[in-house]
Amino acid sequence: MFPAAFDYAAPATLVDALALLKQHGDDAKIMAGGQSLIPMLKLRFAQPGIVVDIGRLPGMAGIARHNGHLSIGALARHVDIERNADLPKLCPILVDTVHWISDPLVRNRGTLAGSVCHADPSGDWGSVMLALGASIVARSQTGERVIAIEDFFKSPFTTALKPDEIVTEVRIPMPSGPSGGAYNKLERKVGDFATVAVAVHVELSGGKIAKAGIGLTAVGPTNIKAIAAEKALVGHEPTEQVIAEAARLASEAAEPKDDIRGTAAYKKDIVRVYVLRGLRTALGRAREVKA
Amino acid sequence: MKVSMRVNGAEKSGDIEPRVLLVDFIRTNLGMTGTHVGCDTSSCGACTVLVNGDPVKSCTLLAVQVDGSEVKTIEGIAQGAALAPIQVGFHEEHGLQCGFCTPGMMLIGEELISRIPNPTDEQIRWAISGNICRCTGYMNIVKAVQHAAKLTSEAAKAPAAAMAGGAE
Repeated sequence: MFPAAFDYAAPATLVDALALLKQHGDDAKIMAGGQSLIPMLKLRFAQPGIVVDIGRLPGMAGIARHNGHLSIGALARHVDIERNADLPKLCPILVDTVHWISDPLVRNRGTLAGSVCHADPSGDWGSVMLALGASIVARSQTGERVIAIEDFFKSPFTTALKPDEIVTEVRIPMPSGPSGGAYNKLERKVGDFATVAVAVHVELSGGKIAKAGIGLTAVGPTNIKAIAAEKALVGHEPTEQVIAEAARLASEAAEPKDDIRGTAAYKKDIVRVYVLRGLRTALGRAREVKA
Repeated sequence: MKVSMRVNGAEKSGDIEPRVLLVDFIRTNLGMTGTHVGCDTSSCGACTVLVNGDPVKSCTLLAVQVDGSEVKTIEGIAQGAALAPIQVGFHEEHGLQCGFCTPGMMLIGEELISRIPNPTDEQIRWAISGNICRCTGYMNIVKAVQHAAKLTSEAAKAPAAAMAGGAE
Protein backbone atom coordinates (compact mmCIF):
# COMPACT_ATOMS: atom_id res chain seq x y z
CA MET A 1 0.00 0.00 0.00
CA PHE A 2 1.16 3.51 -0.68
CA PRO A 3 -0.53 6.88 -0.35
CA ALA A 4 -2.03 8.96 -3.14
CA ALA A 5 0.47 11.51 -4.41
CA PHE A 6 0.97 14.66 -2.35
CA ASP A 7 3.40 17.54 -2.14
CA TYR A 8 5.67 17.59 0.86
CA ALA A 9 7.28 20.39 2.81
CA ALA A 10 9.42 20.16 5.92
CA PRO A 11 9.69 23.79 7.03
CA ALA A 12 12.63 24.72 9.23
CA THR A 13 10.78 27.37 11.22
CA LEU A 14 7.31 27.79 12.71
CA VAL A 15 6.91 31.02 10.70
CA ASP A 16 7.45 29.08 7.45
CA ALA A 17 5.08 26.33 8.59
CA LEU A 18 2.33 28.83 9.40
CA ALA A 19 2.79 30.52 6.01
CA LEU A 20 2.34 27.15 4.27
CA LEU A 21 -0.89 26.51 6.18
CA LYS A 22 -2.17 29.97 5.34
CA GLN A 23 -1.39 29.35 1.67
CA HIS A 24 -2.88 25.85 1.38
CA GLY A 25 -5.69 25.97 3.95
CA ASP A 26 -7.76 22.81 4.15
CA ASP A 27 -5.67 21.12 1.47
CA ALA A 28 -2.70 20.92 3.86
CA LYS A 29 -2.27 18.26 6.51
CA ILE A 30 0.15 18.67 9.40
CA MET A 31 2.36 15.72 10.26
CA ALA A 32 4.37 15.35 13.46
CA GLY A 33 5.41 11.71 13.99
CA GLY A 34 3.05 10.48 11.30
CA GLN A 35 1.98 7.37 13.20
CA SER A 36 -1.73 8.11 12.75
CA LEU A 37 -1.52 10.10 9.52
CA ILE A 38 0.60 7.69 7.47
CA PRO A 39 -1.79 4.73 7.99
CA MET A 40 -4.64 7.08 6.97
CA LEU A 41 -2.70 8.14 3.86
CA LYS A 42 -1.93 4.53 2.96
CA LEU A 43 -5.59 3.55 3.28
CA ARG A 44 -6.38 6.72 1.32
CA PHE A 45 -8.82 7.87 3.98
CA ALA A 46 -6.74 11.05 3.85
CA GLN A 47 -5.63 12.53 0.52
CA PRO A 48 -4.19 15.97 1.28
CA GLY A 49 -2.64 18.10 -1.46
CA ILE A 50 0.35 18.81 0.75
CA VAL A 51 1.79 17.28 3.89
CA VAL A 52 3.47 19.84 6.12
CA ASP A 53 5.99 17.89 8.18
CA ILE A 54 6.59 19.85 11.39
CA GLY A 55 8.97 17.16 12.65
CA ARG A 56 11.99 19.36 12.05
CA LEU A 57 10.75 22.48 13.84
CA PRO A 58 13.20 23.40 16.60
CA GLY A 59 12.39 23.77 20.29
CA MET A 60 9.00 22.03 20.28
CA ALA A 61 9.86 18.68 21.89
CA GLY A 62 10.23 19.89 25.48
CA ILE A 63 8.49 18.59 28.61
CA ALA A 64 8.77 21.15 31.39
CA ARG A 65 7.07 22.71 34.38
CA HIS A 66 6.20 26.28 33.65
CA ASN A 67 3.98 28.85 35.45
CA GLY A 68 1.87 26.37 37.35
CA HIS A 69 1.40 23.96 34.51
CA LEU A 70 3.18 21.12 32.83
CA SER A 71 4.00 21.95 29.23
CA ILE A 72 4.24 19.12 26.69
CA GLY A 73 5.73 20.38 23.42
CA ALA A 74 3.98 19.42 20.20
CA LEU A 75 6.90 17.23 19.16
CA ALA A 76 7.36 15.43 22.50
CA ARG A 77 7.07 11.76 21.58
CA HIS A 78 5.35 9.07 23.63
CA VAL A 79 8.78 7.60 24.39
CA ASP A 80 9.95 10.97 25.74
CA ILE A 81 7.10 10.80 28.25
CA GLU A 82 7.90 7.15 29.01
CA ARG A 83 11.55 7.88 29.84
CA ASN A 84 11.20 11.32 31.42
CA ALA A 85 12.72 11.19 34.90
CA ASP A 86 10.42 13.82 36.46
CA LEU A 87 7.01 12.68 35.24
CA PRO A 88 6.51 9.69 37.58
CA LYS A 89 6.36 12.27 40.38
CA LEU A 90 4.96 15.28 38.54
CA CYS A 91 2.14 13.62 36.63
CA PRO A 92 2.09 9.83 37.12
CA ILE A 93 -1.07 9.26 35.07
CA LEU A 94 0.93 10.20 31.96
CA VAL A 95 3.42 7.44 32.68
CA ASP A 96 0.51 5.03 33.42
CA THR A 97 -1.04 5.82 30.10
CA VAL A 98 1.99 5.82 27.87
CA HIS A 99 2.51 2.08 28.31
CA TRP A 100 -0.93 1.52 26.82
CA ILE A 101 -0.14 3.52 23.68
CA SER A 102 0.33 1.13 20.77
CA ASP A 103 3.79 -0.47 20.94
CA PRO A 104 7.40 0.67 21.49
CA LEU A 105 8.05 1.27 17.78
CA VAL A 106 5.09 3.59 17.38
CA ARG A 107 5.97 5.30 20.67
CA ASN A 108 9.41 6.09 19.22
CA ARG A 109 7.81 8.28 16.54
CA GLY A 110 4.31 9.30 17.62
CA THR A 111 3.62 12.39 19.71
CA LEU A 112 1.10 13.16 22.46
CA ALA A 113 -0.04 16.37 20.76
CA GLY A 114 -0.37 14.63 17.41
CA SER A 115 -2.48 11.92 18.96
CA VAL A 116 -4.77 14.49 20.59
CA CYS A 117 -5.09 16.41 17.28
CA HIS A 118 -5.89 13.19 15.42
CA ALA A 119 -9.01 13.09 17.65
CA ASP A 120 -9.65 9.39 17.25
CA PRO A 121 -12.46 8.57 19.72
CA SER A 122 -10.40 5.47 20.57
CA GLY A 123 -7.31 7.55 21.30
CA ASP A 124 -5.96 7.23 24.82
CA TRP A 125 -4.46 10.67 25.40
CA GLY A 126 -7.72 12.53 24.69
CA SER A 127 -9.42 11.00 27.72
CA VAL A 128 -6.42 11.63 29.94
CA MET A 129 -6.31 15.27 28.85
CA LEU A 130 -10.06 15.60 29.56
CA ALA A 131 -9.56 14.14 33.04
CA LEU A 132 -6.63 16.46 33.74
CA GLY A 133 -8.36 19.58 32.38
CA ALA A 134 -5.58 20.29 29.88
CA SER A 135 -5.56 23.06 27.32
CA ILE A 136 -4.28 23.14 23.77
CA VAL A 137 -2.08 26.00 22.60
CA ALA A 138 -2.50 26.74 18.89
CA ARG A 139 -0.58 29.23 16.77
CA SER A 140 -1.51 30.84 13.48
CA GLN A 141 -0.22 33.86 11.62
CA THR A 142 -2.67 35.99 13.57
CA GLY A 143 -1.43 34.89 16.98
CA GLU A 144 -1.85 32.35 19.74
CA ARG A 145 -5.07 30.77 20.98
CA VAL A 146 -5.55 28.61 24.06
CA ILE A 147 -8.37 26.07 23.69
CA ALA A 148 -9.82 24.25 26.70
CA ILE A 149 -9.74 20.52 26.06
CA GLU A 150 -13.49 20.18 26.67
CA ASP A 151 -14.03 22.49 23.68
CA PHE A 152 -11.44 20.74 21.51
CA PHE A 153 -13.04 17.49 20.31
CA LYS A 154 -15.91 18.15 17.91
CA SER A 155 -16.66 14.83 16.20
CA PRO A 156 -14.69 11.74 15.12
CA PHE A 157 -11.28 12.90 13.84
CA THR A 158 -12.41 16.53 14.02
CA THR A 159 -11.18 19.21 16.41
CA ALA A 160 -11.73 22.91 17.02
CA LEU A 161 -8.49 23.72 15.17
CA LYS A 162 -8.74 26.00 12.17
CA PRO A 163 -6.94 25.02 8.95
CA ASP A 164 -4.25 27.67 9.49
CA GLU A 165 -3.44 26.66 13.09
CA ILE A 166 -0.65 24.49 14.45
CA VAL A 167 -0.69 23.10 17.97
CA THR A 168 2.57 24.06 19.62
CA GLU A 169 1.98 22.79 23.13
CA VAL A 170 -0.39 20.93 25.44
CA ARG A 171 -0.71 22.46 28.92
CA ILE A 172 -1.65 20.41 31.95
CA PRO A 173 -2.49 22.38 35.11
CA MET A 174 -0.43 21.31 38.12
CA PRO A 175 -2.64 20.34 41.05
CA SER A 176 -2.61 22.56 44.12
CA GLY A 177 -3.23 19.84 46.70
CA PRO A 178 -2.82 16.09 47.00
CA SER A 179 -3.86 14.49 43.75
CA GLY A 180 -3.92 11.18 41.99
CA GLY A 181 -4.96 9.71 38.68
CA ALA A 182 -5.27 6.40 36.92
CA TYR A 183 -5.81 5.11 33.41
CA ASN A 184 -7.42 1.71 32.99
CA LYS A 185 -7.73 0.20 29.54
CA LEU A 186 -9.32 -2.98 28.28
CA GLU A 187 -7.72 -4.21 25.07
CA ARG A 188 -7.86 -7.50 23.18
CA LYS A 189 -4.10 -7.76 22.86
CA VAL A 190 -1.10 -5.61 23.62
CA GLY A 191 -0.98 -2.47 21.49
CA ASP A 192 -4.63 -2.69 20.41
CA PHE A 193 -7.06 0.18 20.37
CA ALA A 194 -9.19 0.25 23.51
CA THR A 195 -12.36 -1.79 23.81
CA VAL A 196 -13.03 0.68 26.61
CA ALA A 197 -10.69 2.83 28.65
CA VAL A 198 -11.22 5.29 31.47
CA ALA A 199 -9.03 8.12 32.75
CA VAL A 200 -9.72 9.57 36.19
CA HIS A 201 -8.05 12.36 38.11
CA VAL A 202 -8.90 13.65 41.60
CA GLU A 203 -7.58 16.39 43.84
CA LEU A 204 -8.26 16.36 47.58
CA SER A 205 -8.67 19.18 50.05
CA GLY A 206 -9.48 18.68 53.73
CA GLY A 207 -10.62 15.09 53.20
CA LYS A 208 -13.02 16.06 50.43
CA ILE A 209 -12.73 15.85 46.66
CA ALA A 210 -11.91 19.35 45.46
CA LYS A 211 -11.56 18.52 41.78
CA ALA A 212 -12.45 15.50 39.67
CA GLY A 213 -11.94 14.67 36.03
CA ILE A 214 -13.20 11.60 34.16
CA GLY A 215 -12.49 10.89 30.49
CA LEU A 216 -13.90 7.95 28.53
CA THR A 217 -12.21 6.26 25.55
CA ALA A 218 -13.85 4.42 22.64
CA VAL A 219 -17.44 4.75 23.86
CA GLY A 220 -18.70 7.61 21.70
CA PRO A 221 -18.05 9.85 18.71
CA THR A 222 -15.22 11.57 20.62
CA ASN A 223 -13.42 11.05 23.90
CA ILE A 224 -16.14 11.88 26.43
CA LYS A 225 -15.89 14.04 29.55
CA ALA A 226 -18.23 12.48 32.11
CA ILE A 227 -19.44 15.78 33.54
CA ALA A 228 -22.33 14.53 35.69
CA ALA A 229 -20.05 11.94 37.27
CA GLU A 230 -17.42 14.57 38.00
CA LYS A 231 -20.03 16.82 39.63
CA ALA A 232 -21.20 13.94 41.83
CA LEU A 233 -17.71 13.71 43.29
CA VAL A 234 -16.74 17.34 43.87
CA GLY A 235 -17.35 18.62 47.40
CA HIS A 236 -17.95 15.14 48.80
CA GLU A 237 -15.95 12.83 50.97
CA PRO A 238 -14.85 9.95 48.77
CA THR A 239 -16.98 7.20 50.27
CA GLU A 240 -17.71 3.96 48.40
CA GLN A 241 -21.27 5.18 47.94
CA VAL A 242 -20.16 8.45 46.32
CA ILE A 243 -17.72 6.60 44.06
CA ALA A 244 -20.37 4.07 43.03
CA GLU A 245 -22.80 6.85 42.09
CA ALA A 246 -20.09 8.57 39.99
CA ALA A 247 -19.39 5.26 38.25
CA ARG A 248 -23.08 4.82 37.47
CA LEU A 249 -23.33 8.34 36.05
CA ALA A 250 -20.18 7.87 33.93
CA SER A 251 -21.63 4.67 32.53
CA GLU A 252 -24.77 6.61 31.59
CA ALA A 253 -22.65 9.20 29.78
CA ALA A 254 -21.08 6.53 27.57
CA GLU A 255 -22.58 6.04 24.11
CA PRO A 256 -20.86 2.88 22.87
CA LYS A 257 -21.85 0.82 19.84
CA ASP A 258 -21.87 -2.94 19.33
CA ASP A 259 -18.77 -3.92 17.38
CA ILE A 260 -16.08 -6.56 17.00
CA ARG A 261 -14.68 -5.64 20.42
CA GLY A 262 -17.90 -6.10 22.38
CA THR A 263 -21.54 -5.17 22.78
CA ALA A 264 -22.67 -1.73 23.83
CA ALA A 265 -24.13 -3.09 27.09
CA TYR A 266 -20.84 -4.79 27.94
CA LYS A 267 -18.85 -1.64 27.23
CA LYS A 268 -21.16 0.49 29.36
CA ASP A 269 -20.65 -1.86 32.26
CA ILE A 270 -16.89 -1.83 31.77
CA VAL A 271 -17.03 1.97 32.01
CA ARG A 272 -18.76 1.62 35.37
CA VAL A 273 -16.23 -0.91 36.66
CA TYR A 274 -13.22 1.05 35.40
CA VAL A 275 -14.45 4.29 36.94
CA LEU A 276 -14.79 2.46 40.26
CA ARG A 277 -11.34 0.90 39.99
CA GLY A 278 -9.75 4.08 38.67
CA LEU A 279 -11.19 6.21 41.46
CA ARG A 280 -10.02 3.76 44.12
CA THR A 281 -6.51 3.82 42.67
CA ALA A 282 -6.50 7.59 42.17
CA LEU A 283 -7.76 8.26 45.69
CA GLY A 284 -5.16 5.87 47.12
CA ARG A 285 -2.46 7.73 45.24
CA ALA A 286 -3.79 11.11 46.33
CA ARG A 287 -3.71 10.05 49.97
CA GLU A 288 -0.07 8.96 49.59
CA VAL A 289 0.93 12.38 48.29
CA LYS A 290 2.15 14.76 50.96
CA ALA A 291 0.33 18.03 50.39
CA MET B 1 12.47 14.90 -4.21
CA LYS B 2 16.09 14.25 -3.42
CA VAL B 3 16.73 12.31 -0.23
CA SER B 4 19.93 11.11 1.30
CA MET B 5 20.62 9.10 4.41
CA ARG B 6 23.39 7.01 5.89
CA VAL B 7 22.31 3.38 5.69
CA ASN B 8 24.49 0.99 7.69
CA GLY B 9 27.24 3.61 7.60
CA ALA B 10 27.18 4.18 3.84
CA GLU B 11 25.83 7.34 2.22
CA LYS B 12 22.74 6.52 0.10
CA SER B 13 20.56 8.86 -1.89
CA GLY B 14 17.69 8.79 -4.33
CA ASP B 15 15.21 10.93 -6.21
CA ILE B 16 11.74 9.85 -5.11
CA GLU B 17 8.14 10.93 -4.74
CA PRO B 18 7.27 12.17 -1.23
CA ARG B 19 4.76 9.31 -0.87
CA VAL B 20 7.47 6.62 -1.03
CA LEU B 21 7.60 4.72 2.25
CA LEU B 22 10.95 4.15 3.92
CA VAL B 23 10.57 0.38 3.59
CA ASP B 24 10.00 0.68 -0.17
CA PHE B 25 12.96 3.01 -0.54
CA ILE B 26 15.16 0.51 1.27
CA ARG B 27 13.88 -2.57 -0.57
CA THR B 28 13.21 -1.20 -4.07
CA ASN B 29 15.51 1.78 -4.51
CA LEU B 30 18.44 0.47 -2.48
CA GLY B 31 17.81 -3.20 -3.31
CA MET B 32 18.25 -4.26 0.31
CA THR B 33 15.59 -6.89 0.92
CA GLY B 34 16.55 -7.92 4.43
CA THR B 35 13.90 -5.54 5.77
CA HIS B 36 10.58 -7.34 5.38
CA VAL B 37 7.03 -6.20 4.69
CA GLY B 38 4.60 -8.17 6.81
CA CYS B 39 1.25 -6.56 7.46
CA ASP B 40 1.91 -3.19 5.80
CA THR B 41 -0.49 -1.69 8.38
CA SER B 42 1.81 -0.84 11.29
CA SER B 43 0.81 -3.96 13.20
CA CYS B 44 3.57 -6.57 12.89
CA GLY B 45 7.04 -5.02 13.14
CA ALA B 46 8.60 -7.12 10.33
CA CYS B 47 9.74 -3.86 8.72
CA THR B 48 11.61 -2.65 11.82
CA VAL B 49 14.72 -0.58 11.19
CA LEU B 50 16.65 1.78 13.45
CA VAL B 51 16.44 5.49 12.64
CA ASN B 52 18.99 7.51 14.58
CA GLY B 53 19.19 4.52 16.91
CA ASP B 54 15.45 4.15 17.59
CA PRO B 55 13.48 1.12 16.36
CA VAL B 56 10.67 2.27 14.06
CA LYS B 57 8.28 0.72 11.56
CA SER B 58 9.62 1.57 8.12
CA CYS B 59 6.20 0.87 6.55
CA THR B 60 4.81 3.78 8.57
CA LEU B 61 7.46 6.33 7.78
CA LEU B 62 8.04 8.33 4.63
CA ALA B 63 11.54 8.12 3.22
CA VAL B 64 11.58 11.94 3.04
CA GLN B 65 10.96 12.11 6.80
CA VAL B 66 14.31 10.49 7.50
CA ASP B 67 16.28 12.61 5.02
CA GLY B 68 19.66 13.23 6.64
CA SER B 69 19.21 10.50 9.25
CA GLU B 70 21.22 7.46 10.24
CA VAL B 71 19.43 4.23 9.31
CA LYS B 72 20.40 0.73 10.35
CA THR B 73 18.89 -2.37 8.74
CA ILE B 74 19.48 -6.05 9.36
CA GLU B 75 22.23 -5.98 6.71
CA GLY B 76 24.21 -3.68 9.00
CA ILE B 77 24.23 -5.99 11.99
CA ALA B 78 27.02 -8.48 11.21
CA GLN B 79 30.54 -7.33 12.00
CA GLY B 80 32.36 -8.34 8.86
CA ALA B 81 32.52 -12.12 8.55
CA ALA B 82 31.82 -12.62 12.28
CA LEU B 83 28.27 -12.90 13.57
CA ALA B 84 27.10 -10.16 15.90
CA PRO B 85 26.15 -11.24 19.46
CA ILE B 86 22.45 -10.91 18.62
CA GLN B 87 22.89 -13.26 15.65
CA VAL B 88 24.80 -15.76 17.76
CA GLY B 89 21.99 -15.56 20.33
CA PHE B 90 19.30 -16.39 17.77
CA HIS B 91 21.47 -19.19 16.36
CA GLU B 92 22.31 -20.77 19.69
CA GLU B 93 18.84 -20.49 21.21
CA HIS B 94 16.90 -21.38 18.06
CA GLY B 95 15.23 -17.96 18.10
CA LEU B 96 13.67 -18.35 14.67
CA GLN B 97 11.82 -20.84 12.55
CA CYS B 98 10.58 -19.31 9.29
CA GLY B 99 12.74 -16.22 9.83
CA PHE B 100 10.29 -13.65 8.54
CA CYS B 101 10.14 -11.63 11.78
CA THR B 102 13.82 -12.16 12.57
CA PRO B 103 15.31 -8.96 11.07
CA GLY B 104 12.97 -6.89 13.21
CA MET B 105 13.44 -9.02 16.31
CA MET B 106 17.23 -8.80 16.03
CA LEU B 107 17.26 -5.03 15.62
CA ILE B 108 14.92 -4.67 18.61
CA GLY B 109 17.15 -6.99 20.64
CA GLU B 110 20.32 -5.18 19.74
CA GLU B 111 18.86 -1.75 20.53
CA LEU B 112 17.45 -3.01 23.85
CA ILE B 113 20.83 -4.40 24.91
CA SER B 114 22.51 -1.12 24.00
CA ARG B 115 20.12 0.66 26.38
CA ILE B 116 19.69 -2.00 29.06
CA PRO B 117 22.74 -4.30 29.08
CA ASN B 118 21.08 -7.08 31.12
CA PRO B 119 17.37 -6.93 30.30
CA THR B 120 14.92 -9.02 32.31
CA ASP B 121 12.41 -11.38 30.67
CA GLU B 122 9.75 -8.74 31.16
CA GLN B 123 11.83 -5.95 29.63
CA ILE B 124 12.52 -8.11 26.58
CA ARG B 125 8.85 -9.04 26.23
CA TRP B 126 7.82 -5.38 26.39
CA ALA B 127 10.52 -4.42 23.88
CA ILE B 128 9.28 -6.97 21.32
CA SER B 129 5.61 -6.27 22.01
CA GLY B 130 5.29 -4.50 18.64
CA ASN B 131 6.84 -7.40 16.73
CA ILE B 132 4.77 -10.44 15.87
CA CYS B 133 6.23 -13.94 15.49
CA ARG B 134 3.88 -16.70 14.34
CA CYS B 135 6.32 -19.60 14.78
CA THR B 136 8.32 -19.58 17.97
CA GLY B 137 5.85 -18.67 20.66
CA TYR B 138 8.47 -16.06 21.64
CA MET B 139 10.16 -18.23 24.31
CA ASN B 140 13.31 -18.76 22.27
CA ILE B 141 13.39 -15.16 21.09
CA VAL B 142 13.51 -14.04 24.72
CA LYS B 143 16.28 -16.57 25.38
CA ALA B 144 18.15 -15.43 22.27
CA VAL B 145 18.15 -11.80 23.42
CA GLN B 146 19.33 -12.87 26.87
CA HIS B 147 22.09 -14.97 25.31
CA ALA B 148 23.16 -11.98 23.21
CA ALA B 149 23.10 -9.72 26.28
CA LYS B 150 25.41 -12.13 28.07
CA LEU B 151 27.79 -12.30 25.11
CA THR B 152 27.76 -8.53 24.79
CA SER B 153 28.63 -7.91 28.43
CA GLU B 154 31.31 -10.62 28.35
CA ALA B 155 32.77 -8.98 25.26
CA ALA B 156 32.80 -5.64 27.03
CA LYS B 157 34.75 -7.18 29.91
CA ALA B 158 37.22 -9.26 27.87
CA PRO B 159 36.89 -8.42 24.17
CA ALA B 160 39.26 -10.99 22.70
CA ALA B 161 38.09 -14.01 24.71
CA ALA B 162 34.37 -13.39 24.13
CA MET B 163 34.84 -12.94 20.38
CA ALA B 164 36.46 -16.36 20.19
CA GLY B 165 33.59 -17.88 22.20
CA GLY B 166 30.96 -16.21 20.06
CA ALA B 167 32.44 -17.48 16.80
CA GLU B 168 32.55 -21.17 17.69
